[in-house]
Amino acid sequence: MTEPMDKAGTDRRRFLKGAAVAGVAPALAVAGASQAQAQAAAPRHMPSALPPTAHTIAAEVGEPAELNRIGGKPGSDFMVDVIKTLDIKYTPSNCASSFRALHESLINYGENKAPEYLSCMHEESGVGMAHGYFKITGKPLMTMVHGTVGLQHATMGIYNAFCDRVPVIIIGGNDMDAASRPPGVPTFHSALDINVIVRDYTKWDDTPTSLQAFAQSMVRGYKIAMTPPYGPVAISLDAGLQQEPIGAHGSGLYIPKFNMPSPPAGEMGAVKDAARLLVAAENPVIVADRAARTPKGVGLLVELAELLQCPVVDQANRMNFPNTHYLSRPAGVISTADVILGLELSDFWGTVNAYTDNGEHGIGFNSTKIKPNVKLISINSVELLTKSNYQDFQRFQTVDISMPADAEATLPALIEAVKAALDGDRRRAIEGRIEKAKKGYADIRAREQAAAAVAWDASPISTARLCMELYGQIKDLDWSLVASEGNVSNWPNRLWKMEKHHHWLGRSGGYGVGYGAPASVGAALANRDLGRFSVAIQSDGDLMFAPGVLWTAAKHKIPLLSVMHNNRAWHQEVMHVQRMASFRNRPSNYGNDDGPIGTMIQNPDIEYHKLAQSMGWWAKGPIKDPAELGPALKEAIAVVKSGQPALLNVWTQPR
Amino acid sequence: MNKIVLMAALSAALVGGASAALAGSPDKGKQTFMQKGCWQCHGLEGQGGSAGPRLANTQLPEEALIAFVHQTNGAMPPFSTKLVSDAELSDVYAYLQSRPKPADPKTIPLLSP
Repeated sequence: MTEPMDKAGTDRRRFLKGAAVAGVAPALAVAGASQAQAQAAAPRHMPSALPPTAHTIAAEVGEPAELNRIGGKPGSDFMVDVIKTLDIKYTPSNCASSFRALHESLINYGENKAPEYLSCMHEESGVGMAHGYFKITGKPLMTMVHGTVGLQHATMGIYNAFCDRVPVIIIGGNDMDAASRPPGVPTFHSALDINVIVRDYTKWDDTPTSLQAFAQSMVRGYKIAMTPPYGPVAISLDAGLQQEPIGAHGSGLYIPKFNMPSPPAGEMGAVKDAARLLVAAENPVIVADRAARTPKGVGLLVELAELLQCPVVDQANRMNFPNTHYLSRPAGVISTADVILGLELSDFWGTVNAYTDNGEHGIGFNSTKIKPNVKLISINSVELLTKSNYQDFQRFQTVDISMPADAEATLPALIEAVKAALDGDRRRAIEGRIEKAKKGYADIRAREQAAAAVAWDASPISTARLCMELYGQIKDLDWSLVASEGNVSNWPNRLWKMEKHHHWLGRSGGYGVGYGAPASVGAALANRDLGRFSVAIQSDGDLMFAPGVLWTAAKHKIPLLSVMHNNRAWHQEVMHVQRMASFRNRPSNYGNDDGPIGTMIQNPDIEYHKLAQSMGWWAKGPIKDPAELGPALKEAIAVVKSGQPALLNVWTQPR
Repeated sequence: MNKIVLMAALSAALVGGASAALAGSPDKGKQTFMQKGCWQCHGLEGQGGSAGPRLANTQLPEEALIAFVHQTNGAMPPFSTKLVSDAELSDVYAYLQSRPKPADPKTIPLLSP
């Protein structure tokens, strides 16, 4: 049983008036080819009075009839007009029928510029690339996904972006009208509300049902994503809305102008209270997690730290504070604090408390890391965006001064308030801390260097050797460590000279494994456009979640040096299973591997260099002898400098 | 309670010092180090890292290390005598003490960039 298609289409879209006038809408739905041919020859329904000629209609619509079967400018062309106002440079996406109209408009009507379509093998890769790209440029990308299965693929990447406070514009195609969409696969790939699966970890989502609503939705979504705390937004796009002509809605359509919102800053009374506490403290400590949203934030944090001559702990979800500065300290320094200023901490409780996974019955126990009566100050924009379901808000920590505000936007006022609170005596007392701080810093550096020397010549290669061989060859370039997933004992943060915001981009946010590979490609894309050298320390487990992003890098000529931390296991999980076996007082079953069954990536070993070569990368490996690493790096760096991606498969120690 | 027991064991071991050391086999110790999973946190050479401290050339007396492994309630889970015997841990100790002494970092150019 079939129904007339013109009725369903006209009722559904309300756009076919113009198309019907132009005589291009199909007259009737058909069951078979012969019927279709017969109906295609049937007379078109025309208005009863003063019918214009076909030629006149075509001229008024403004499209050559022989080139445009839909009878006017497609809705998705208007969508491209809207998107272009937002200066989105790329759209890394995996192609899909539910956004085919927008896809076609982007590459043809939009001439594949701003945004340029980047071919991805997996939706998680598209989101991850956008994630990494933003951390370099401070500008979001748009990724398009098939609204159901594609969005399902994308979800972990979206959760990472949400937890890492990174804006990504996710466009999900969806064919909403059950009466007119194609049966079979397209209907499997349709849903009432595609955004529901990401609503808990996006800042906002929408399903516009008209082109004007799309224009508002797109600009609103961009603005919400770019208001700290940043975060992903999702917009569902009906396939019909994309495909059909603007029609009668065309004359009144407008594109709202986007103006960058100002970030929320702390209330001045609280800022002054915080300044008084910090100035009066004998041992203040600053802890920063995502404090430096932009390069400017690094300078502000240095200025505040030097005013107070207080140590800074960089929790490293951004490059907040230069590790070459004599006030840079490891986390343990908070045990000496009498006042702690936490800036954009993702886990304040975990900053001042410890959880040890080794209690009486296999249950962990808590302990404090700080002295009694320490005053705690928090500036954190994430408190303005707390959702219920996913637990990224962590345990609740009582603080003495709480400012739900953006740290970087609040720092200028806090710096001025500290200056105002400093009298001569306090200034002299604070300046008296400098020499001790410099000596403490030198001692820590010496200890780190001594620790790195242990097992320097070991095979498989120590993580310290891996990192320092790499650093030795890039340190004179304008380098950017775009990702370091897996665990190399934080050697880059401990021993590389990290002074610029782009030297370190932080981690995934939600600790969803599989972030490193796509984020490094996305960040390398941004660095390519800035003439910067990108390097990633790429773990084996992370790469295998969606290795197809290697192909994307090769196809789009994104230069990236990817050095594998190939320890042949998911080592975090190795230790979890080992811990459970120890608690239960029974040996762990290794099978034929070197660790608990299910946690090792061996037998067979994966030849990552061959994997990369198969997708167009220059690659070499496996490198097990530390003496071979330096020469191989030299070759790989030359390749990357020529504009191509290169991968070294290095066998490493576990951590 | 566990902390008290552990501290007592470590104190006794430290007082006893290395004089009470058992004679372990470095080769057997390496096998045990691998088979029992010690390497997973401490590295194949016992060099340590973010998941576990350095054990190579440890200054800890042998008895203290053995007591720690059996009774720790710190970050590391305890391994009972059923899982790893004192004799096996003596071998592990010998293996750790047999690791080459690290070079002075000042002699490694890559560590003084």
